[in-house]
Formats: sequence, structure tokens, C-alpha cells
Amino acid sequence: MTVPVASAAELARQHAMGTTPPGKTVEQAFARAAEVDAGPSGLNAMLWHDRDAALGAAAEVVELARQGNRPGPLAGVPVVVKDNIATLTMPTTCGSRILEGYVSPFEATVVTRLRTAGAIIIGKTNMDEFAMGSSTENSAYGPARNPLDPTRVPGGSSGGSAACVAAGIVRVALGSETGGSVRQPAAFCGIVGVKPTYGRVSRYGLVAFASSLDQVGVFGRTVEDAAIGLGVIAGRDRYDSTSADVAVDDYVATASESLHGVVIGRPREYFPDSLDARIRERCDAALEKLRELGATVRHVSLPHTDLAIPTYYIIAPAEASSNLARFDGVRYGVRAKATALREMYADTRSHGFGREVTRRILLGTYVLSAGYYDAYYRKAQEVRALIASDFQNVFDRGVDVLFTPTAPTPAFPIGAKADPYEMYLSDIFTATANLAGIPALSLPIGRVDGLPVGGQVMGRHFAEAALFRVAFAIERALGEAAHR
Amino acid sequence: MSASVAAPAKYEMVVGLEVHVQLRTRTKLFCNCSTQFGDPPNRNTCPVCLALPGSLPVLNESAVELAVRAALALNAKVQEESIFARKNYFYPDLPKGYQISQFDKPLAIEGQLVIGEQADGSPLRVGITRVHMEEDAGKSIHDRYPAATAIDLNRAGTPLIEIVSEPDIRSAAEAGSYLRLLRQVLEYVDVSDLNMEEGSLRVDANISIRARGTAKLGTKTEVKNMNSFSGVERALEAEFARQVAIVEAHGRVEQETLLWDADRGTVRPARTKEGSHDYRYFPDPDLPPLRLTKEWIERLRDRLPELPDARRQRFATEHKLGSYDIDVLTASPRIAEYFEAVAHAHGDSKTAANWVMGEVLAVLKNTGVPLDRFSVRPADLATLLDMVRSGAVSNSAAKRIFALMVQTGDRPEQIAEREGLAQVGDEAQLTAWVDQVIADKAAEWQRYLAGEKKLLGVFVGAVMKSSGGRADPRKVNQLLATRASG
Amino acid sequence: MSVTENEVRHVAVLARLGLDADQIPTIAAELNGILAHMEILSRVDTSAVGAVTGIGAAGTPLRVDGGNQIPLVRPREAFAPAMRDGFLLVPRLATHEDQDAESP
Repeated sequence: MTVPVASAAELARQHAMGTTPPGKTVEQAFARAAEVDAGPSGLNAMLWHDRDAALGAAAEVVELARQGNRPGPLAGVPVVVKDNIATLTMPTTCGSRILEGYVSPFEATVVTRLRTAGAIIIGKTNMDEFAMGSSTENSAYGPARNPLDPTRVPGGSSGGSAACVAAGIVRVALGSETGGSVRQPAAFCGIVGVKPTYGRVSRYGLVAFASSLDQVGVFGRTVEDAAIGLGVIAGRDRYDSTSADVAVDDYVATASESLHGVVIGRPREYFPDSLDARIRERCDAALEKLRELGATVRHVSLPHTDLAIPTYYIIAPAEASSNLARFDGVRYGVRAKATALREMYADTRSHGFGREVTRRILLGTYVLSAGYYDAYYRKAQEVRALIASDFQNVFDRGVDVLFTPTAPTPAFPIGAKADPYEMYLSDIFTATANLAGIPALSLPIGRVDGLPVGGQVMGRHFAEAALFRVAFAIERALGEAAHR
Repeated sequence: MSASVAAPAKYEMVVGLEVHVQLRTRTKLFCNCSTQFGDPPNRNTCPVCLALPGSLPVLNESAVELAVRAALALNAKVQEESIFARKNYFYPDLPKGYQISQFDKPLAIEGQLVIGEQADGSPLRVGITRVHMEEDAGKSIHDRYPAATAIDLNRAGTPLIEIVSEPDIRSAAEAGSYLRLLRQVLEYVDVSDLNMEEGSLRVDANISIRARGTAKLGTKTEVKNMNSFSGVERALEAEFARQVAIVEAHGRVEQETLLWDADRGTVRPARTKEGSHDYRYFPDPDLPPLRLTKEWIERLRDRLPELPDARRQRFATEHKLGSYDIDVLTASPRIAEYFEAVAHAHGDSKTAANWVMGEVLAVLKNTGVPLDRFSVRPADLATLLDMVRSGAVSNSAAKRIFALMVQTGDRPEQIAEREGLAQVGDEAQLTAWVDQVIADKAAEWQRYLAGEKKLLGVFVGAVMKSSGGRADPRKVNQLLATRASG
Repeated sequence: MSVTENEVRHVAVLARLGLDADQIPTIAAELNGILAHMEILSRVDTSAVGAVTGIGAAGTPLRVDGGNQIPLVRPREAFAPAMRDGFLLVPRLATHEDQDAESP
């Protein structure tokens, strides 16, 4: 199935040197999309695309180069962006009916940075509605499918972006993370997915789900693709008060760094007895490779791990219930016909929001409401501090990065998980990093029943370079075994 | 009838006031949109204050400075860490569906204002529970279009501070004093236009009653929609009477929100939907805590202008003015500064005070011209007063000169010369006029010499007339006295 | 703690979600199922920690009071559901008093 598309770095080089016209690359991307994405049996990974605008942008890249401007690191490279990230052209619907047809009059900072780097945004991708889900089955525009097995989910909530990369439409894509929504789809689709440190990347223009957890994440076909993507979008933004003023490292340069002396923690709570033995085996095989490269593997404990899902599913819906109050039909988006204001609110929101979103808004409103705030929301924030301190303790004792499975299972069939809480458990290994604000990355480390399995690397705040260093090493060491 | 007259004395009102003040920043609290009043609807809006999906708040540093200045002027303790919280409710002029305010950890706590004296001479204090920052909502206009409410979000996001008093106020008059003093202090630190008509100052009241001499608080009601300080006083009295009537009839006061109807002079219940609001406050995750260092706060305190109390004391010791004069002159900081400029230039505080309180304030009141556009500069008024003191012009001539200064903005010396109002003090000239008048009115002069002292005014008046009003009346009086005795 | 159907109705009103009456029992059951998993938190000893109030907090950054308004690439009329003479329109509230009651 894989169509050889040159890496993002190689494409940018070819465009810069003039050996390949960017327009051709763009056409290839659309051709591939037409092949696999569209139609009733297509992947449904892209919701909106604009070929004319993309070709126009390609022509601009050529013109800028002709005028003597230095080409950016993603010059002429086609990318896709999750539909909860604001773009000036093409709608931003967040996979929801309530924003059907809404075209943002302002652009997300990450989109501006991509364009400044020369990237060409060819489409907006499918997602669980308002990023609430782990399978991209909660989209108002139909589910997306896993390119490696279209009867299965690509993961969620950034399933569309992951599928576009896995299907060879693009090399780099943006998604968003709140509890694992980039890493888990990356694992399910056999690609690389990075969640940066909270505050590493601007949230201005990312439609908020849970503001203290959200981050824009990057998908790459390879570790290098993801490293280039993150390097382009990371950095302080004055329009986001939670964005950190910390220098951005050269992530691509870590590819050549040695692993001698690196201490890798293997936390026992992420390898429970119930874990699929084959997934455990793939993880331990990857750890063995790391040992061969000079790293030390140490067994550690993160004792509050089992509290992550209950904690996450109080904090995230609570913040979401507040963030989604703005969708009321007054200033933008869809508005239900009504003669009274109350009716207008209620009908707009009940028709506009899907079932999972409604459920989470109700849950979130409930845990914030009078009489329950202390027992639920405040308590959850306190437990969150305990989860964060688990990581801090381990890092303080000399562990550089942690290595775990990304998800407890490979991609499951579409429609398989009916019970909401069962779906929530997909985030069991990923939500801790969001709660603690630390960076985390997933990369392919093998197959189980022919389906991709991801290994997760987690590190200290703002130590994405360490994650990439380890990821590059695993990728190189495993080679093709990562996809078998 | 007599029962309801006697009943109030049995009870006292317990009142707390919540005052919202709009800070005079150039831009909104969380975005760069202008706070300019009166612009076309929704012109001053952007992704942030329109609450477009993906927008985020960034805090205005000037709003923080003004808020801290206000808190310091109210003797409140400014917190080194305070937290913004979301107050969640739905209303069409509240774009995000929540207001960014402060809840658990406000900007400042535990302030106070001394609003007067108690019977025993000790200060009458009203405590200030907290001062916190928050953003304003937009405007809803219900009667512009049929069957629709028109929303203008220009005001949405404007910075406000909310000043919450302790329930220390015990009468409508005390409420009025508190509000007037609060307004004065805030005017002194120049943080707001403080215009109730324009909505840059709003007052809500919480009031309960209890039997005098008891400590237990009664159920309080909230009273809103008062558009002036006197309206607040009247509303409190009306609500007090209403609560007293209920209690006297052995009923129970219900907790509710009431609206003051200034035309009818009554309060009426606001139509609430169901129960009280549940705002589901939680710390806003889009805004890290506001951190202020002790040094920064103290630097701001050092830079505070002189506050009303300190100014009043200084006027007493430095200018030796009485309390009535001090009150009038310090009511507004700009008037006080104007007065001082005149007093320092002229050197006589009492004269300066009289002129400012009399002539200057009268003109400002009659013309409605604000002091910063007043045509008479302090230095020029001081010069005029110097001219009176030296005898260069008479007092009445000075009043005429002043009127012309107001009209033209010209200097007093120029006007005096132009209008020929310079006072004549030359002995020879005055003697000539006096002699002429005595000669003309010889009969009256004889009667005056014989003892009809009232006739002095006739001669003085005649001399003033001969001189076209320019004779120095003091010297004329002296010359006449000399003549009479010689 | 379990959520009653009345509480679901109340919360739906707070959140302005119009739920059909027949949905309420199912939703109550779903929420209770989810909340049951949260009970574990009540048994965790958190006396030693303070609540997290903003990760990576170096204090909120301050913005200069001035500068240009963030531009909109297309006019408000392009995305607003109902505008007239520059105002956003919504169905009129029942009475003027409703405003003062709801708008604190």
C-alpha cells in the first residue's frame, strides 16, 4: 500500500534546488488522496481540501525562491491540519455540525508558522467531534478508517491526520493532544506522533477542548519528518498566555547523538500483567536495542498511574463544558430557528453537538456544579499534582526518559467499543503525560496480527530533544522490523 | 400609620455595597481592541472578545497597574499572587459563555475607608472585603428592533474592578457617604472616568435588617438598577421599609434580587428563572496566576498621588483653612491642585480659597466647562489677587476683570489697562476728587460733621462715580476721615 | 455519589442543552457508570499537595496597553448568523427584567 513519497526534508531540498516543482508534489498528494480517501469506501481522512489554493501556494514558493529568498525547512511540502485548528481558507468545523460551514477569519499561530516555513496546507482532517474521542468515530462527518485495515479505526481524536500520513498522502500533519489524541492514532497507524511539553507550542487558533491539557501535536512518517514539523511550530507566542518562553532545540540534529549514558526508565505500571504479551515483547525488544546502543534501562515505579483516567475524565470534561459554552449560535456557526432565546440556545446546542460531546458537557458541568466542585474537580486537580510528582521523582533520581507501550491494544474494529468508559481506557498509557504536562512521542516498534504497535517515549519538561534522540536511535536500530 | 413610623427605629439596616468601576485603559483587559466609548456597534471587536473558536486572553499591564493603585488607595492588601477564574453563565452579551473574573484569590483584600466619625469621635470605618479584576460584558438593547435584542460587543472585555464592602453600613446616609468618599479616592488616583450615567461606575446593594442591639444577620436581598448615589440612598430606604413591614407582620424576608424603579420610588422583584445562579467558578486555565513582587507593589505605592485624607490634613496645617473650606477645595483633586497653584503663587491661602470657592467654582458650575479647559490659568488668577492686595485694582474691579479673563483668557494686567480699570491711589488725584465732592455736597457734609455718620457712603459713592469707579475706596475713606477731623 | 434524573435535568439547563425527556434515564445511567470509576479518587490522600492551577506558571505575561486590534480577514457579517446595522441580533428576551435577572 505504501507509495514511496520522499521525506519532508528531501522534498524541501528538491523544491529548493528546483529539481522537483512543488506543484508536482502537490498534485501527487491530491492524486493519492483521490485514490484512497474519497468515496464511500475511502478513508474519509480529509474533510475539506482546496486544490486550487494549494497549487497557488506552490506557485508562490517558486516565486519566492526566484526572488532570492531562502527557502524554509518545509518549502513546498504538502501538509494537512486537523479540523480544530483555525485556517483562513477551508472550514474549521472540529468535526461538528455546530460549526458546519464556519470559515475562521483569523489563522492559528501554528498555521502561520507552517506557511512561513513554506509548507502547503492541502486539507483539513477528520477528527472526533471537538477532539472528544479515541477513534474518530465521533465525527459528525462520518468515521475515518485505518489505512492499514479499513475495517478498523485509525485512532482518535486526530485520526484523520494520522491516516493521511499513513496512507502516503502527506509526510507531515498536525493534530492535537488532550489525553493521547496524537500518540494513540500514531500507534494505531504505524507512524510517529509527538505531543510537546505543555506550553511548547502555541494554542492560539487551536479550538479549546481542555485548556490545561491541550497541545498541538505533530505526525510524521518518520522521526525526522516529525522533528522538522515540531521545530517549525514550536516557540513562544504572545497571543497565548500559557505559551512558554523557552528556546527551541534543533530536534533534527539529535539524530546523530549517542545514547551512551542515557538512563531509560521502564515503569512497571505501564506493563501490567493484563497487557497483551506480544505488545510487551515488542517494547522489551526495543529496550534491548537501546541497551545495545549504550543506554541503561532501569525499572521504576509511577505509583499513581491508575488514577490517571478518573482524573483526566473529571478535569477534561469540566474545562470542556466551559470552553464549549461559546457555541450558542449568537456570533458564528449554526443557529437553530427559534422565537425565544432559551429555545435558540437549547436547540442550537442539542442539534449541533453529538452524543459524546453532550455527555462530556453534562459530566463536566456536573463536576463543577455547586456541592460537587470540591469532591470532584478540586480533588482531581490535587491528584493530578500527585501524578506529576511521580514523574518528577523519577526524573530527579537520574532517569532521562521513560519507555512504555503507547496503547494497550492495536487498532480495534469500527464500532467495537460501545461503552464510553471502555473507550476512555484507550488513553490509559497516554493521559498521564498530558496531566503532567511532559512531552511524549510514539513511534512504530512492530506489528501484532499485522497491526502496528507503538512504543512511547516520555521525558522532562522541554526535553523534546531527548525524546527525539532516543526515537531516532530506535528507528534506526529496528529498521524494517518496526513495520513487521 | 403610626406603627410604621415607630417600627423603623426598632430595626437597623445592615448594608454592603458592590461597586463596579471601569478602568480607563486604552485597550480591553484581554485584547488590543479599543475601549473608546460611542464607536459604531461591534467595530471594536476581534477574535478574542468575539470568543471565536481558538482565541485566547492576554492580560493588559495598564489595567493591572490601575487596579493595584485603586486597591492601595483603599488601604487594601495587594496579593502577590492572585488568580483569574471563570464565572460561567449564558447571556447573549457574554461571548465566551463565561466572564473572566477573580474568585478564590482576588487581587486585594482587607481594605477600609473612614467615612466619618462616630458619636464618640472615633472614626467610622467601612471595611472593604476585596478588590478584584474582571472583564465587562457587552450591551444588550431590547427595544431597537421588533422581536429582537440587539447586541453590541464593543464594551465586552473592558477592564473593571469590583470593590466589595463589608456589611458595615448602617444607614442610607452612611451608604451615600461611603460612595461619595469612594468616588473621591478613586478620582484622586485617576483610575476611571467614574461616570454613573455612562456606566463607568455601577452600584449594587445587599441589605438585610435586624432588631437594634442584636448581632444575628437577617436574610439579605440584592438591590440593583440604581443610577445615582441619591438613588442608592432612596432605594435602601425603600427596601428597608419593605423588609420592616414584612417582619413586623411576622412574615419572612425572601432572598431575592430587586430592581429600583426611580420613577415610582419603589423596588420590585426581578424576574428570575429558577433559583439562584450556579456560576461553577474554577481557575481559568488560559491564564497563569498574576504574580506581583512586593517591590513592584511598594514602588506603585510610593508613586501614588496624595490621597484625600492626607491632603485634607495638609491643607489644615499648611494653609490653615477651616474644615468647610477644606472639604470644598479637596472634593476634587483637580480643584485642589488649582487652588494650591494659586495659593502658592499669590502667597495668601485664605484669599485664594475664597476666590476659588466663590468665583471659580461658580463659573465652572454655570458653564459646565471642565477645569482642564478653564480659560483662567492659576498664575493669572494669582496675579489678579496680587493686584488687589497691592491696591492696583479695587475688589469690585477685580471681579469685572475676572469675568473678562473667563471670556477671553487674557492676562489681568492687560485687561485692567485695556478697560481702564486700574485703581487710582494717587493722593493728589484722590484729594482733588474728594475736595470736589465735599464742595458739591456741602449741605450733606455739614450734616455728616454734625453726626450723621451714615452719610459717609454718599461721599464715597460720589467719589467713586467721579473717578469712574477707579478710586481706591480705602484711601477715599481715609481722606474723608482726615477731612472730617481736620 | 450518584446522579439523579432531576440532577441531569438541572445540569442540562445549566449547560443550555435541550435534552428530550426520554433521553434522560439513559444519560443518567451513562453518567453514573462513568462517575462510579471516579470514586477511587475520594480515597486518595492529597493532604500534602496543593491543587494544580496552571502548569508551567511563571506568572501570566502582561501586554502593553496599546497596539493594533487583531484583524479579521473577512467582515463579521460573513460569519455572523444574524446582523443588522452592525448589531448582532438574537430573539428578544421575554422581558427587559429578564436581563437584569440573568446578567449579574
